[in-house]
Amino acid sequence: MTEAKQPLVRLENVHKSYGENHVLRGISLAVNPGEVVAIIGASGGGKSTLLRCTTLLERFDAGGLSYGDLEVARDEGGVAVYGHKNVLQEAKQRFGLVFQNYNLFPHYTVLKNLMDAPLCVQKRDAAEVEAEARRLLERMGLAGNENKVPCELSGGQQQRVSIARALCMNPDVLFFDEPTSALDPELTQEVLKVIRDLAAQHMTMVIVTHEMAFARDVADRIIFIDKGVIVEEGPAEQLINNPQHERTRAFLSRYENG
Amino acid sequence: MMEMLSRGFIVTVELFFLTLLGSLPLGVVIALGRMSKFKPLQLLMQFYISIMRGTPLMLQMFAIYFAPYYVFGINLTPDSKWTATVIAFILNYAAYFAEIYRGGIQSIPRGQYEAADVLGYSSSQTFMRIVLPQVIKRILPAMANEVITLVKDTSLAFAIGVAEMFSTAKALAAREGSMIPFLLAGAFYWVFNMVVEVIMARFEKRLDYYHD
Repeated sequence: MTEAKQPLVRLENVHKSYGENHVLRGISLAVNPGEVVAIIGASGGGKSTLLRCTTLLERFDAGGLSYGDLEVARDEGGVAVYGHKNVLQEAKQRFGLVFQNYNLFPHYTVLKNLMDAPLCVQKRDAAEVEAEARRLLERMGLAGNENKVPCELSGGQQQRVSIARALCMNPDVLFFDEPTSALDPELTQEVLKVIRDLAAQHMTMVIVTHEMAFARDVADRIIFIDKGVIVEEGPAEQLINNPQHERTRAFLSRYENG
Repeated sequence: MMEMLSRGFIVTVELFFLTLLGSLPLGVVIALGRMSKFKPLQLLMQFYISIMRGTPLMLQMFAIYFAPYYVFGINLTPDSKWTATVIAFILNYAAYFAEIYRGGIQSIPRGQYEAADVLGYSSSQTFMRIVLPQVIKRILPAMANEVITLVKDTSLAFAIGVAEMFSTAKALAAREGSMIPFLLAGAFYWVFNMVVEVIMARFEKRLDYYHD
């Protein structure tokens, strides 16, 4: 607990371009233990790219990234220098990612989806992992579905399995990339409820979302990203109800009218 | 007559299994080369596949049979025909299998790789545990087609003088002035392929527990 003040994730002045397209233009962000951060913004504004860079699915061009005391990339004269393969591998053990399209492994049962990585990547004890996997499924309201395959489940159930799969790795922080965008309103609610429960248990989370009401209710802090920069950030309630910037107001008003 | 046909049938079956034994794994190597990021290897494999698919198997058989003599001056022995036939079949079918494998591998969505990556799977774990099992399910129908074609293609070995079933049937028909050997040989091929179909269908059924 002596390191309680160290952020679990820290991004420093991150830049990323695809060819001519400068998608991230100097993003800095620190996420503290127990914090829930929501990232909002229009499509194409850089939210997903930011999440993909943070979860090491993409590499950024300039800037730094650390997970706790583990430095993944550092800036050397405007160029991001990534650590050794082992460092990246260790970093991957510190976070989990929930995808918009779940990306469950279709040929594995629900239980195996949860257990496979802890067993073959983390080399943990099978009995212990299975007990934890069953506990997680229970917590997600999925008890009784252990031996089904993903195609037998609804979208909402699949997304909850994918959250459980990420949690089964015991990550320090969980990232969500628009976790309800592929779901209809009813199924959206059951997934949001699970995320709310996790927030109540002080799971550190970073959530890219289009659900403004949800972001306001569940997040401690909201970050509004537009055109590759953080335009505004602040306590959730304040940013939604009383945005300071014109661009934030314009963005939010589109949601109220829709 | 049945005895001679059976002997021919055994040669056909031998050619069939030797071809699969060689071409199924060789196809993997060619497919991986074809998908390599190393451009020269990729182009080489592309060229190989193009030649193997773009010229007749019969021509390939003869080219491989005569190459040692014309190119290296090595004298051909009676065994050379059989060896050349087996090599030609393996090289030819490997090209087709490689393309089926490639199609299967490339059909696996990016998200599967990304999910595995985030969970910390190594690239070989990702391939063996996540990608390959799904590829096998997807390519089974195309593989069944190719294997059935192979059963019938073995009769091409007739042209080079390998005494497989079709050669035997033709010789018998000429000797006895009868259609019966052809009918029997046809029945052999047909039953052989039914067995292939049943086996492939069983594989498909075993993987039918999920869809994506």
